[in-house]
Parts: sequence; C-alpha cells; structure tokens
Amino acid sequence: MANEAVTTEQYNYDIVRSFTIMTIVWGVLGMLVGVYIASELAWPFMNFDIAAITFGRLRPVHTTLVVFGFGGSALFATSYYVVQRTCQVRLWGTGLAKFTFWGWQLSVGLAAISYMMGYTQAREYAEMVWPIDLLIAVTWVSYLVVFVMTLVNRSQPHIYVANWFFISFILATALLHIFNNMAVPVSMFSLESYSLHAGVQDAMTQWWYGHNAVGFFLTAAFLGMMYYFIPKHVGRPIYSYRLSIIHFWALIFLYMWVGAHHLHWTALPDWTSTLAATFSIMLLLPSWGGMINGIMTLSGAWDRLRSDPVVRFMIVSLSFYGMSTFEGPLMSLKSVNALSHYTDWTVGHVHSGALGWVAMITFGSLYHLIPRLWGTKMYSEKMIFAHFWLATIGIVLYISALWVAGIGQGLMLRAFDEYGNLAYTFIESVSFLHTPYVVRTIGGLFFLTGMIIMAYNVFMTIRKGRVEGAALDAKLAAKLANA
Amino acid sequence: MKHETIETNAGWLIFLTLIVISIGGLVEIVPLYFIDDTVETVKVDGKDAVRPYTPLELRGRDIYQREGCYTCHSQMIRPFRDEALRYGHYSLAAESQFDHPFQWGSKRTGPDLARVGKKYSNQWHVQHMKAPRSVVPESIMPNYPWLLTNKLNYKDIENRLRALKMVGVPYSITEAEYEANVDRYGKATAELLDINKATRNLEAQAQSGNYDGNRDDITEMDAMIAYLQVLGTMVDFKKFEDGYFTKFR
Repeated sequence: MANEAVTTEQYNYDIVRSFTIMTIVWGVLGMLVGVYIASELAWPFMNFDIAAITFGRLRPVHTTLVVFGFGGSALFATSYYVVQRTCQVRLWGTGLAKFTFWGWQLSVGLAAISYMMGYTQAREYAEMVWPIDLLIAVTWVSYLVVFVMTLVNRSQPHIYVANWFFISFILATALLHIFNNMAVPVSMFSLESYSLHAGVQDAMTQWWYGHNAVGFFLTAAFLGMMYYFIPKHVGRPIYSYRLSIIHFWALIFLYMWVGAHHLHWTALPDWTSTLAATFSIMLLLPSWGGMINGIMTLSGAWDRLRSDPVVRFMIVSLSFYGMSTFEGPLMSLKSVNALSHYTDWTVGHVHSGALGWVAMITFGSLYHLIPRLWGTKMYSEKMIFAHFWLATIGIVLYISALWVAGIGQGLMLRAFDEYGNLAYTFIESVSFLHTPYVVRTIGGLFFLTGMIIMAYNVFMTIRKGRVEGAALDAKLAAKLANA
Repeated sequence: MKHETIETNAGWLIFLTLIVISIGGLVEIVPLYFIDDTVETVKVDGKDAVRPYTPLELRGRDIYQREGCYTCHSQMIRPFRDEALRYGHYSLAAESQFDHPFQWGSKRTGPDLARVGKKYSNQWHVQHMKAPRSVVPESIMPNYPWLLTNKLNYKDIENRLRALKMVGVPYSITEAEYEANVDRYGKATAELLDINKATRNLEAQAQSGNYDGNRDDITEMDAMIAYLQVLGTMVDFKKFEDGYFTKFR
C-alpha cells in the first residue's frame, strides 16, 4: 500500500503493530486462564483430575501470560513507538527488532506450555525453565541494543522523560532476570535445574526479583507509557518537569530496596525486612509524585471525561496507581503484614495494581495508538465505553471481594476463644472464603468480557483500516492512470 | 553536574541508572552470605541436625514443585501465638538451608506445611492426595490421583544429586567427602548422602517406608509422601534450651 510505504520509511510501525496485536491476544488468553483458576478455587471440581489444568500448574500460566505476554508485549509496542516519536528517528535494527518480537512471543508461549507439562523452576514470576531463561536473556539484550541505539541515533538533543523510565526498566529487568535465575541444570538434556541460592539467601534474591518485577516491569515502564500518551492524548504539556526528574530517580533507587517486605516475620533476619519496610514507606513519595504529575497533566481536560473514553481509562488508571501505591506501604508495615501476609489481601492488592493501573493505562494508550497505527478511527466508540465500564466494575468487585477474603481470613486465623485456644480451624477459614471467591470470579469475568470486546473492536478497526487503505490506493492509482 | 547533561547523553543516563538500581540489592543480599548468625547453628551432640534430603525425599520435592504446591502452601511458620498453636515452632533459616530453591511460599490457600511431617499417617496422605474431599469435606485442593499410578522416574537421580552438590549441598562422591559427612552428620546419615549409593538408597527407603501402601513398585506418591513426612522433623526443639534460637534473630 502506498501510504504505508511512506510511513515504513520514516518509522518502523510494523514492529509496533505486531506487538500491539499480541498484547491483545495474550490479554484475552491470560485473563481467561485467570478467570478459570479463580473458579477452580470457588468450585474445586473444575480441576477435573487433569494434571495440566490443576490450579498449581495453571497459576504460573496466568501470571506469565498477563505479566509477560500482555504487559510485556504492550511495553515492547509502546516503547518502540515512543522512542521513535520522541527521538524523531526510525527504530534502529529492523531485523533485530523483529527478533525481539519472535524471541519474546516464543518465550511466553513455550513457558505456558512447559508449566502445563510440569516443567517449572518453582520461583514465583520466574517459573520458566533454564533454556527459556536463556532465550529471554538473549531477547532482552537485543531489546536493550535496539532501544539504546535508537536513543543514540536521535535527532533531538533531549532524551524525553518517557524514555528514562523505559531504559531503567530494560536495565533493571536484565539485572533481575540474570541474578534471580542462576541455576545448575540436572544435565545438558534436562529441562530441570536447581537454583544457585538456597533458603534465606534464595528467598531474599527471589523477592528482590519479585517485587522489582512489579516495580520496574509493572510500574516504571508503565509510567513511561503514561508520560507519553497522557500529554499527547490531551494535548497538554507535562505538569512539572522538575517533579518528573525527582520522582524518576527516587523511584528507581527506592524500589530496589523494598522486596524483603514480602518476607516479614520469616527466617530472613529482621534487619533486612525492617530496612525494606522503611524504604517501602519512603516509596510512597515518588509513587505519588508520578500520580500527581499525571493527574495534573490531565487537569484542564476534565470536560473530555464526558466525551472521551480514553481520558477515562487514563484517569482511572492513575487513581488506581495512587490507591495501590498507598496500600502497598501500608501492607509493608510489620503489624499490618502479620495479618495480610499469606492471605488474599495480597492477591487483591496485586490486582488493583495490575488491573487498575497496568491494564487500564494500557487500554487507554492502545485506544490512542491503534487508530494511528492503522490510519483510521476506532470501529466503535460505544464498545470502548462498554469496555471501560466492564473493566471498572470488574476491578471493584475483584478487590472488594479479596479485601473481605483476606482481612476476614487473617482475623479468623488469629482469633482465640475464651480458654485461649484457637477459635477456628484452618479449614473453617477456607469455607468462609467461598463467597468472596465466587464474587472475585464474577469480577474477573467482567474484566475478561471487556477485554474480549476490545479484541473484537480492534479486529474490526484493523479490517476497516485495511479496506480504507485499499480504497485510497485504488483512488490514487485511478487518478495517476487518468493523468 | 546539571541534569541537562544526563538528559542529553544516553551514556550518562545508562551509567547513572545502573548505579542507582544496583545499591539496594547489594546492601540487602550480599551481607546475608557473610553474617554468620543469618543461618542458625543447630547441633545435637556435636552433629548437625538439619541434613540434605535423601534421594527419595528429593524426588518428592521435585514433584511438589512440578505440581505447583507452593502456589497454595507456605513452608514458613512465623513467630506468632496462633501459628505456634496451629503449626508448631517458628521456622528456622537452618531448616531451609538445603532448599534449592526455597519453598517458603507467599500464599496460604491451604495450611502451612513447614512441619507437616509425621503429623498424619502415610495412609491418610495417600487418601488425601487421591481425593482431598474424602478426608476434609470443605477442602478446595485438586485431586492428585496420578501420583499413585505414575511410576517414579529416578534414572537421573545421580545427576540431580551432582547438580545439587555443585550449588553447595554436601552430598558426597569421594571417600574424603564421605568421611566429612560422617563427622558432620554421623555414619547413618552420611550413607544416605553418598551419591554412589543414590539409586540403592532410594529403592531401599521406598521399600522400608512403604509410603503408598504398595511395595511392588515405586510411585510418585512414595516420593511425595516421603518428602512431606520429613518436613519440619529434623530439629527436635526439646533438645534446645528456651531462648537458644532467639539470640540469632
């Protein structure tokens, strides 16, 4: 197509399109698995005595597909788009960028299949077996090279703030991935391995990784997304450039200290987890710095909340970001953690961040991006509104149910009767969880339905874009023939 | 230096970012390898109480990981009154010193398993694994009937022990390593940690333990229950003075 050829020369949008489509594919699949395992907890017969679909094997499938499949592909797509637009230069290394696409999709797909077959490292959010870890490492270094070389080739003197967040996310993820996955394979031909670290040191390393998967993969990088798409979409400059500088450095410095708050009251020495809790409290400041910068950038475009669903996604995502980055430090306090740890409160907290912040800012950004990538308008604005409401209601149901579940179970397990005996057995607390688990499943179903509507809307938009592009080409060709 | 310098120079941006993100991990992880009190000294009559897993227990642990048990069960008892009543003495760092990887977990959809060993009979475990709701009606755990029908694969057991030896678990190959284990754990335990005898040890333990109630073959259930039955049983807390372990915290 003629019009596509022009843009292909100027910017590499092909790679952005590929990752955008996979974001939606993994989103639908990952959330589908999420709803399925949620219903396994509510109705255990749904495990059906089939090893591959038991909760224990599907849970990492869910987390990998949504975090690395959906979230990761969204970050590849938007970072490749943003770095080209803000540097005013074509993405460096077309072939290498294509390799990052296939490397990443292959890693996610193979990981999901291998977990179902029972191959796992049994490290949360890093379950991939060692050959997949190697593939990820190679893909990730290629990503770093493509991104940095594009920065180096930029035609603008300044590196835009969104790119700082993206580069810190790429560097931190490389560091975390390599050090957390060090292991010795059983043999060259075995998929299984034993981790280099053990016990207390291993726990510390794993949660240094685990929490920074949240901090860098699911936060810093999505802040990069926010710093481009919010100002761009509402056509207003960032509220405070100075604030973005301060909160960037503070955020990336502080996040790396907080992982051990997942290990309060464990066999990890007190000094480590106390240090982590202290830094978790401090982390509230840069987190809210980012939220304030985003909301104040949107401020002045409030009227568009009525007419523009993309602005709605953006404001709700920032609200959830602010909410969950307040809840996080709260839960890192030792006294609160004593109750919340090991319960569904933690699961609810993760989802208010992952659905409320990560997914909502992604939806907003993609609804802004997709029409521009395929040179048309979204197929249906009504469907975007429907998606918005389904997603928002879904999240509220989800997190409220798990607040009830987590706090309720936490209180039950520490209750004593008048003689000083335990008031409840463990299994009584499990029975109590049934109703919240059902509500949580319904909340997830709402969110998934919204995601499926988005997938349909995007599919129709792409088709529309192609038809319109072809029509334009035909017109152009006819004109040229007449002339 | 002005911030403008960083904003206009990719090299500076990358260099400073790397420094800023490295500090937290270095301060919190590295000392854990060098501060002696991080892992408690747990000796009874001069011998280490916590030993590496036997070959059969290790294969059970592998299956525990394969099935994703850690997604619903923790193995880390916290020092609270309710947990002491429900599960027993709080977990020591020493008790997971040979866990590659650690299995402390992060969520208790089911109860903590750090001290589940010897609390239930083998028969109870077999029944519970096969059909949890037949013994605990309100349970939401999946059924694991295939553990009873799958033959245990232990062809590569020596490779597994060798890999663990490489990451620091004291399994022995040479005579000198064996003697060191005799000093550290006593003769009976040192025998179990000898890689050269791994296959024989595994078969012998499955035979004598008869975990799945069927001596004719060695199933994954044998290994899984052997593992569950050893969890939290290595340290006999009656042999230590009150407050001995608090000084490490």
